[in-house]
Amino acid sequence: MIPEIGHFALILALCVAVVQGVLPIYGAMVGNSALMAVAKPAARAQFLLVVIAFCCLGYAFADKDFSVLYVASTSNSQLPLHYRLAAIWGAHEGSLLLWTLILTVWMFAVTLFSAHLPETMRSRILGVMGLVSLGFLLFMLTVSNPFERLIPAAPEGRDLNPLLQDPGMVIHPPMLYMGYVGFSVAFAFAIAALLGGNLDAAWARWSRPWTTVAWCFLTVGIAMGSGWAYYELGWGGWWFWDPVENASFMPWLAGTALVHSLAVTDKRGGFKVWTVLLAIMAFSLSLLGTFLVRSGVLTSVHAFATDPKRGLFILAFLAIVIGGSLALYAWRAPRVGLGGSFAMMSREGMLLANNVLLVAAMGSVLLGTLYPLFLDALDLGKISVGPPYFDAVFVPLMVPALFLMGIGPLAQWKKAEVPDLAKRLRWAFGVSVVTALVLPFVLGAWTPLLSLGLLMAVWIVTTAVIGLRERLAHVGGKSLLEQVSLVPRSYWGMLVAHCGIAVFVVGVTMVKGFETEKDVRMNVGETATIGDYTFRFDGAQDVVGPNYTAARGAFRVSLDGRETTTLYPEKRRYAAQNQVMTEAAIDPGLLRDLYVSLGEPLDEGAWSVRLYHKPFVDWIWGGCFIMALGGVIAISDRRYRLAWRKQEPTVQPSAGTARRKVA
Amino acid sequence: MRWLVLSLMVCFSGPVWAEEAKPLAEDPVVEARLKHLAVELRCLVCQNQTLADSNAPLAEDLRREVREMLAKNMSDQEVIDFLVARYGDFVLYRPPLKATTTLLWVGPFVLLTIGATALVVTLRRRARKVVDVPVTDEEQRRVEQLLAEGGKRS
Repeated sequence: MIPEIGHFALILALCVAVVQGVLPIYGAMVGNSALMAVAKPAARAQFLLVVIAFCCLGYAFADKDFSVLYVASTSNSQLPLHYRLAAIWGAHEGSLLLWTLILTVWMFAVTLFSAHLPETMRSRILGVMGLVSLGFLLFMLTVSNPFERLIPAAPEGRDLNPLLQDPGMVIHPPMLYMGYVGFSVAFAFAIAALLGGNLDAAWARWSRPWTTVAWCFLTVGIAMGSGWAYYELGWGGWWFWDPVENASFMPWLAGTALVHSLAVTDKRGGFKVWTVLLAIMAFSLSLLGTFLVRSGVLTSVHAFATDPKRGLFILAFLAIVIGGSLALYAWRAPRVGLGGSFAMMSREGMLLANNVLLVAAMGSVLLGTLYPLFLDALDLGKISVGPPYFDAVFVPLMVPALFLMGIGPLAQWKKAEVPDLAKRLRWAFGVSVVTALVLPFVLGAWTPLLSLGLLMAVWIVTTAVIGLRERLAHVGGKSLLEQVSLVPRSYWGMLVAHCGIAVFVVGVTMVKGFETEKDVRMNVGETATIGDYTFRFDGAQDVVGPNYTAARGAFRVSLDGRETTTLYPEKRRYAAQNQVMTEAAIDPGLLRDLYVSLGEPLDEGAWSVRLYHKPFVDWIWGGCFIMALGGVIAISDRRYRLAWRKQEPTVQPSAGTARRKVA
Repeated sequence: MRWLVLSLMVCFSGPVWAEEAKPLAEDPVVEARLKHLAVELRCLVCQNQTLADSNAPLAEDLRREVREMLAKNMSDQEVIDFLVARYGDFVLYRPPLKATTTLLWVGPFVLLTIGATALVVTLRRRARKVVDVPVTDEEQRRVEQLLAEGGKRS
């Protein structure tokens, strides 16, 4: 009964989505405010209905209702409750429901925080989001229904993929989807502005905080996915350029370009046409990512061809969304004004150059991800495109971007003078070059890439320091504290996010440069030393988990004869699918991670063991979190708070002043 | 890549302790070369993993085979040629440059060139089109008034 309620709620949501997608947009076109007023309640009703559907599926999982096909195929009666709930998004059908849920969450948020928008704009935004939601609901109801019954019910479920039975998996997909789907808001803003023909600085200011929030979620989501791969896959890698990873990284690159381009449109009224294109691109890439991950085209082009229903639906949907929005763009964009003039050598110019680099990088990732699929589909041979390729093309594109990142924030708007910039940046340049040349020697090994990585990181930080010093001197104020409080939060956010990149670069550089690993055969009582740390193997014991049995090894770790910690890596065997998983044990630290994973049991209680010493590896994820923190600081800026506050009638002074504040 | 080799050399040439566990590999030099090769080779039965990282039995067998070839003093290129002859280009994570992969390798730099050219051309054309309208006295007064208001408010 409960699953049928969920199914019915989805059908109702579909009906509401049709109404929401048609009436408000039409109302905005003909200027009928009764039709436009439908948008808000419709969006909220849709939100409620999808929440109901989602809860029904959650209930089916909690209740171990194996008469629901999806529940039976992704959970098991032995699976602990929290993983049963996380199993909602453990496979295809449920993750689409999660996607739709999050889309309606964003929609609901738009209804809450859009009181300051003109009614036509708001109706169009919600209308466009309704249309996107319509596509997903239709998809679920026609070819990918999570509530499909299995009659007669299975006596036992097939269990969730053991790889996904991990706390990281509980939180990673919702985060990632918040980011992915969050770009739908920026997309809806852009389409609404194109429909209305009012692509102006106000439009950019309105969509900026939404885009930044989505970008923050995506950043955190990707970082968590990478962290999950690091500790769960058992070979210590943190990024593999896997198509699934690339699918989330491409919208991030486009989104990063969008965040920067919006800044220019907001502040200087420039790049409008380009910004709109980026907004369309970021969301299209999110959709493409879903298609790639969810259609099965990645595992095998031929598997896709034998069961093409789902893939074709997403492909058609993709074509409609991308094609439709690009057509609208081509029709409307030429009418958009140009904005203020600026020289090539200016902050605008550098931001654009950075955008070109980011988009080229995105294009390369796209090319590398799709190329093998195309070759295979055209029967031109099977190839693999992996890390060596991506490293070779990505690094040369990112190095100039990182270099520009140092200069851009210091360059004046409109026109910057090169000699002036050179003068202001000379000590940052000097410090960076000297550090990059000397530090690797101090650390013990000089290689060009190590030096280059450090150069970029130090360059970003030192230029940020110069920028901040100039800014503090510029705002005036008596004490340092007063100066600090006078600098706008959006500026702090930018600095923090950029420093996050520097932290990330340090992490990547150090771990690539100084990581050591050892494959050893360890008898009980034997030791192995890696990066000054000595590991003593105390043998492995059998342990029994809720739905697995495992061998758990114990390793005493000591540094200079002093015992620091004991690590317990496991080799698990999950009963339901008889799958073996390696659970690595990690001792995390600010300056290094120690990583142990068990290989295979050998004779007489000995095991093959893989040990890693990974300096600075946590900086990789730390950097991502700092970037996201920068985004959070930026959206807490006074200008947005003013815009939000405006909807509370008590604070609203008069219509005239209020309009000035947001305009 | 050089880092990996270097770090491996560092870790394999370290002093040997009394009850130190033995490396799995018999010959550290061969093992270092194997690692160097294996990170660019694909495990053929895995979803998407290198030969170096995979624990699949087939990957284990293939590693052993490569180890034997290396021990027989075959060069890296000879080993790669052998593997490609047997499994095709699919086994290489660094796709070889040939007719079908030209676009893959030059694509990113073509993209960058197109982007940079488009940027320069658009900005040039734009600079000709946009004419700065001088600020009128009225606007100037309005700006000052607004700035003064803003100063009072913050």
